[in-house]
Amino acid sequence: MDCSHVFEFKVKRLIVVFTLFLAFFSVTPAAFAQVDTAQVTEGSHAQPAAEKKFDIGKFALHHIADSHSWHVIGHTYIDLPVILYTKAGVVNFSSADFTTLEDGKVVRDDEAKVVVEQKGQRFVKMHEKIYYASDVANEHGQFVTLDEKHHATNARPLDLSMTKNVVTLFLSIIIILAVFLSVAKGYRTNKGKSPKGIQSWMEPIILFVRDDIAIPNLGHKYERFMPYLLTVFFFIWFNNMLGLVPFLPGGANLTGNIAVTMILALATFCLTVFNGNKYYWKHIFMPDVPWWMYVVMVPVELFGIFTKPIALMIRLFANITAGHILVLSLICLVFVFNSLYIAPISIAFAVFIGGIELLVAFIQAFIFTILSALFIGMAIDDHH
Amino acid sequence: MITGSIAAIGAGLAAIGAGLGIGRIGGSAMDGIARQPEAASKIQTAMLIAAAFVEAVALFAVVVALMGNG
Repeated sequence: MDCSHVFEFKVKRLIVVFTLFLAFFSVTPAAFAQVDTAQVTEGSHAQPAAEKKFDIGKFALHHIADSHSWHVIGHTYIDLPVILYTKAGVVNFSSADFTTLEDGKVVRDDEAKVVVEQKGQRFVKMHEKIYYASDVANEHGQFVTLDEKHHATNARPLDLSMTKNVVTLFLSIIIILAVFLSVAKGYRTNKGKSPKGIQSWMEPIILFVRDDIAIPNLGHKYERFMPYLLTVFFFIWFNNMLGLVPFLPGGANLTGNIAVTMILALATFCLTVFNGNKYYWKHIFMPDVPWWMYVVMVPVELFGIFTKPIALMIRLFANITAGHILVLSLICLVFVFNSLYIAPISIAFAVFIGGIELLVAFIQAFIFTILSALFIGMAIDDHH
Repeated sequence: MITGSIAAIGAGLAAIGAGLGIGRIGGSAMDGIARQPEAASKIQTAMLIAAAFVEAVALFAVVVALMGNG
């Protein structure tokens, strides 16, 4: 049947898009709410489910955090492997083991209530962190000891699991490799001819990185650092955009993970420090000021070596995290007001912010790359 | 009675500061582009870098506020 007449008018198309969005987002949090209320009622918190207020902060932080299973839709999850380095060596099992069957329904445990035994050791999962289980359960049925802030105080094994972020990392590596191997192949086959296909789409961006980022900041020595700058630019950009996709291939918050941004900033830090020439180090340890100023200048300059990459790390992390929290909070307005009539407003705002986030995804990749180029350029600059 | 963390006020103050700063940067860049449209791309690049520095301070504040909250 030909349904194309449905999409004839722009307004109608907009309504269809809104409905799809609504359908998608109404399924996911509802599932979470069910699990939450189930846990609350079974726990000894004698609090009726109806009185439980919806907590935006908790919901948003849960969604931007890393996790051991990948939520697809509704009650469907992809369970990812758990790999632990413990006192008894490497232990691995599926994160599906942290579940129980209640009335024929699978209940996923994230409150340290299900104990997994492997190699004579017992593990529990609480708030997506894995702990060594206590011998006896506490009054809430949790196999951990809690401090007054409800954080577990149990010892933790070294967690090397394939979490959602790790899987996304490999996924983005595959995507980036696929794109750039085909671009590179294009340059081999179309040598001397105009670019074709995906190659003509990537060429302006690569030239943008070269002409607007590398050459103005690095001067004639730019070629040595082009591989790094291109890698970091496309890695951040692709992952930012992958993080904006709300369903399966995306959905993980990779560039909003401080460990990932720390490694990226560490790479820039190493490049700056190891490529720094004698003028750069002289500027830090023996600046052209009266000697008694050294007491102030040298510590400040030394401190500056470390604050620059730390600023890079925090900037990317905070921008991406803030964007994700913003979108989630806008979607959550529906559940805060507990009314469907707020949905069009919150969806409209979320789509608007989503558009801005697309821009931010590019700008943050650009900022990270240009500041890296700037810092490296400062270290290799030889006319002082 | 109002309950909650004073960290929210800190985050709000940081947002005010960053808003003023980025507003000034954007306004001055507009002035510059209006005077010299042919330099628009260079001005935009410099504007983004300056805005990133201002924004970073605000984001530091927000992160500190969040940490103080948690």
